[in-house]
Amino acid sequence: MKLQEYRSKEILARHGVPLLAGEVATTPEEARAAAERIGGPVVVKAQVLVGGRGKAGGVKLAATPEEAEQRAREIIGLDIKGVTVKTLLVAPAADIAKEFYLGLILDRGARAVTVIASAEGGVEIEETARTNPDAILRLPLDPLLGLQDHNVRRAAFFLGIPAELRAAFSSVLRGLYDAFMGADADLAEINPLVITEGGELLALDAKIVLDDSALFRHPDLEAMRDLNEEEPSETAAREAGINFIKLDGSIGCMVNGAGLAMTTMDLVKLAGGEPANFLDIGGGAKADRVAAAFRIILDDPNVQAILINIFGGITRGDEVARGIVEARASLEREVPMVVRIVGTNAEEAKPILAEAQLITADSLDDAAAKAVAAARAGAGA
Amino acid sequence: MSILVGRETRLVVQGITGREGAFHSTAMLDYGTHVVAGVTPGKGGQMALDGRVPVFDTVADAVAATGANASCIFVPAAFAPDAMLEAADAGVSLVVCITEGVPALDMLRVYHTLRARDVRLIGPNCPGLTSVGEAKVGIIPGNIHAPGTVGLVSRSGTLTYEVVQAMTDAGMGQSTCVGIGGDPIVGTSFTDVLDLFNRDPDTEAIVMIGEIGGDEEEKAAAFCAREVRKPMAAFIAGRTAPPGRRMGHAGAIISGGAGTAESKRAALEAAGIRVADSPSHIPALLRDAGVH
Repeated sequence: MKLQEYRSKEILARHGVPLLAGEVATTPEEARAAAERIGGPVVVKAQVLVGGRGKAGGVKLAATPEEAEQRAREIIGLDIKGVTVKTLLVAPAADIAKEFYLGLILDRGARAVTVIASAEGGVEIEETARTNPDAILRLPLDPLLGLQDHNVRRAAFFLGIPAELRAAFSSVLRGLYDAFMGADADLAEINPLVITEGGELLALDAKIVLDDSALFRHPDLEAMRDLNEEEPSETAAREAGINFIKLDGSIGCMVNGAGLAMTTMDLVKLAGGEPANFLDIGGGAKADRVAAAFRIILDDPNVQAILINIFGGITRGDEVARGIVEARASLEREVPMVVRIVGTNAEEAKPILAEAQLITADSLDDAAAKAVAAARAGAGA
Repeated sequence: MSILVGRETRLVVQGITGREGAFHSTAMLDYGTHVVAGVTPGKGGQMALDGRVPVFDTVADAVAATGANASCIFVPAAFAPDAMLEAADAGVSLVVCITEGVPALDMLRVYHTLRARDVRLIGPNCPGLTSVGEAKVGIIPGNIHAPGTVGLVSRSGTLTYEVVQAMTDAGMGQSTCVGIGGDPIVGTSFTDVLDLFNRDPDTEAIVMIGEIGGDEEEKAAAFCAREVRKPMAAFIAGRTAPPGRRMGHAGAIISGGAGTAESKRAALEAAGIRVADSPSHIPALLRDAGVH
């Protein structure tokens, strides 16, 4: 789960990272009032989770409160990569002398929390990795000892932090580390970390991505989820305990197991169609979950056919078939359904599906081909 | 012979009295696995599974009383890291963690602690493993297997079953099938299992089922090019997965342009490994590679 800039800064500030917090505004008037309280020039920043907001016109300087109100009016409602801006951060503007990148990631390859540092601040680290990989320091931390003083010194010398700012840098990196560990993050980055003309070290922008698996022990962070940037169908799926990701195609997919769900999408594509979603219904495939999954899939008007692929294994195929038939009866919209059930009691499932006039398939390849054909027929009708 | 589990495996199940633990422990016993003990704190002294398996309060007690040498974990995610550490502390040499949703930072501590103690960890977020006809540890349905000489390693659950079923239907039996788990940090990597299969005299060919995210498939490809001369076939799931989204498994995410299905496929093909477009093509690819 990604946190907005102002939320990320809240967490970093709690851990002693020096920054210009600013104020959140949702109307031009609030932005003006915030600028008045702050005094002096401010920067008005769209709070969106997608990258490239600066280029999209979502970050603007304002010299006066009147100008802040005007800039806010321009930014609120702006469409940035499909997300409509609703929230702004109004923060004091800083005179930047030098910019750095400083981040921590969970590096799965190194199996360690790893410091990433670069003197090329202000640009995305992936960009620096492409154009100038030698400008990046990757410093895996001992998983049992955590961040040590020598790690901090190494990062400071690599970045060329002036001697008088090394103590300040230490509290930045220590604060970032404590925030990362305390929040169970996957990523915590400050970009840019700046030295101002006045010789201060400040975090000007921040991003924290949380480990979804650890949210159960951070209800305060879970509450920071921004539903404005989530597909409503994905929110509904999460609340139903279903793994769902919306895509742009016309063939809805309902599968048990994440790997098999990805494979089903791949085979739809291979058969000449486009998957409308990723959906892992999990174990059991009981009627109420199947019904919830149907509703979520059919909420997408692009869906012309549904491909259901259940590997029975431990679940009994005939039970799954009954669940599908029962759930289908409650649907408001009808689209062709191709059902493939394999594993335990798959044979017993067939007459149940046939009686309900569902299209059946024995192999996954066959199921994908039939779903693509059904979607084409549906779209042509 | 086979790898990791077999007739010599003496299994303790942590969480044996829970719904999942009881169900799958029964299936493991019925398959022929030596399930010698269960652990549920506070239920020591009871018998589980209709009187078939004694329950202990701690793994240490279970090991002392029964000589258990492997553990299978079915406890909720919040308690799974401690359960893995407890198993290692009690002296078992193999820990298989089925639990999904273990926090990654907890897994870092567990991973390094178990490695340092030379305890083999499979998972978490995995279906476990089966040495066909000898022992199954975990939740892979026993009836999809046929005995044979193909070793299989996968990051997935039901996709593994799909491939195993396709192989069994094509008359291609398996030696051991290992699900290593779909999380970013898992105890045992593709390369670890490939190395074991490569050394196992009863495994003559190897199937590898990867998916998007991370670079373990690429590392495995480099290892195969260097070390493995047994025939191989592979499949990579997630060609249609959008970047930046977690596809169900915590580890299945394309980040910063890395971890794509294309990159993994290219690495495997560069190592001379045939990569199937569909799981159903795997038996044919193995035949082409000389497996009968």
